[in-house]
Amino acid sequence: MNNFLSVNSARFIVLVLIQALLFNNINFLGYINPYPYILFVAFFPVKSNRTIIILASFLIGLITDMFLDSGGIHAAACVFIAYVRPVLLKFSFGTMYEHHHIKFSSVDFGSKLTYIIVLVILHHIILFSLEIFSLMKIILILKKTLFSSIFTILLSSIITIIFSRNPK
Amino acid sequence: MQQIINFIIRNKNFLLFLLLFSISILFTVQSHSYHKSKFINSANFLTGGIYNSANNISAYFSLKSQNKLLSEENKRLKSLLYNSKSIMKKEHLDSLNAPYHFSNAQVIRNSYSATDNIILINKGENDSIKQDFGVITTQGIVGIVDKTSGHFATVISILNTTSSISAQLKKTNHFGTLEWDAKNPAIVQLTDIPKIANVSVGDTIITSGRSSIFPKDIKIGLIENYKLDAAENYYEINVRLFNDMTNLEHVYIIENTKKPEVTNLLNE
Repeated sequence: MNNFLSVNSARFIVLVLIQALLFNNINFLGYINPYPYILFVAFFPVKSNRTIIILASFLIGLITDMFLDSGGIHAAACVFIAYVRPVLLKFSFGTMYEHHHIKFSSVDFGSKLTYIIVLVILHHIILFSLEIFSLMKIILILKKTLFSSIFTILLSSIITIIFSRNPK
Repeated sequence: MQQIINFIIRNKNFLLFLLLFSISILFTVQSHSYHKSKFINSANFLTGGIYNSANNISAYFSLKSQNKLLSEENKRLKSLLYNSKSIMKKEHLDSLNAPYHFSNAQVIRNSYSATDNIILINKGENDSIKQDFGVITTQGIVGIVDKTSGHFATVISILNTTSSISAQLKKTNHFGTLEWDAKNPAIVQLTDIPKIANVSVGDTIITSGRSSIFPKDIKIGLIENYKLDAAENYYEINVRLFNDMTNLEHVYIIENTKKPEVTNLLNE
């Protein structure tokens, strides 16, 4: 329990700081930024209580919002992906999730990638719909979602590969 | 009663999700209306402090170009001062009587890629900065102060879809509203200029001084192109900014000391 707490608090602080100070200043082509801080929500331990996951995700979203002055868009998107996470886990890991054997360090990379892709796209659609907040500009929403998703998925996969504990 | 409690316990995750999601949506809606967002902003001790220490390091990288900008402005002001010495009267130097009070600040966080961009500066209530003060650079306007804390303040950038600033053509007095369509950080839109006005590409746009936030004659930009709106009564003008909004460091905050008088008069 102690280990769980320290690992996740460390992830929380490091990901938020990197997001605010580094990844949000990339502005590739003027407006494309990656949001790899959602790896915190993605790789929160599966066995833990669902209520804790939702609360922790709300907190990381809210702190990110505070840094980026963006109202509550990150909090909303994070709470949403935290709530639908079990469905996505079932979709990408299948029976392994049903039997509760799953550990993120031991699953194969293909299904991990599927999981990240779906999670990132869901997060970004909500994020940019709320940021732009107008149906008139749906093209802009889709454009931002597409480009930022590609960027986030690439970066997230790289981070996952680098920090996975027992590479095969 | 038992059943209600059972229902809450059974669906506690869904209810928690619903609660937190609606709180976030509430914050989002508040942030989309001008001057309404209350709790979530970066002008606080924690985020302001972190951005400030990060900026202490990153400011060195743009030191040369910022120094050049400042010395350019010094040169301009010096030439103004010495060339007008003979005709200037003593009372013009008395800053207590001047309606506009200037103070300087540094940008410690700039953003231009979102649709509602907010800038963080390193002056706050302790330096008597308050809401609705104007912010400019040596080249043009930046925005309006929104939230303040002890040592920091957030500025609603002109690159923000909720911002609207009164602006006019330099050669005539036709005025309109400066807005942004969230597409290009170098170009803003000037709307509500009547059709009768004589508009041409390359004209200078300045602030109109009607809002009692900015004084008149602060430069904004040049007309890039223009067209009539759907009803064909007003021009929609694209304005290329003099300011490079992606590279801000030293800014000036304008306080209009006559503003309470103006607002009192208007409210009577």
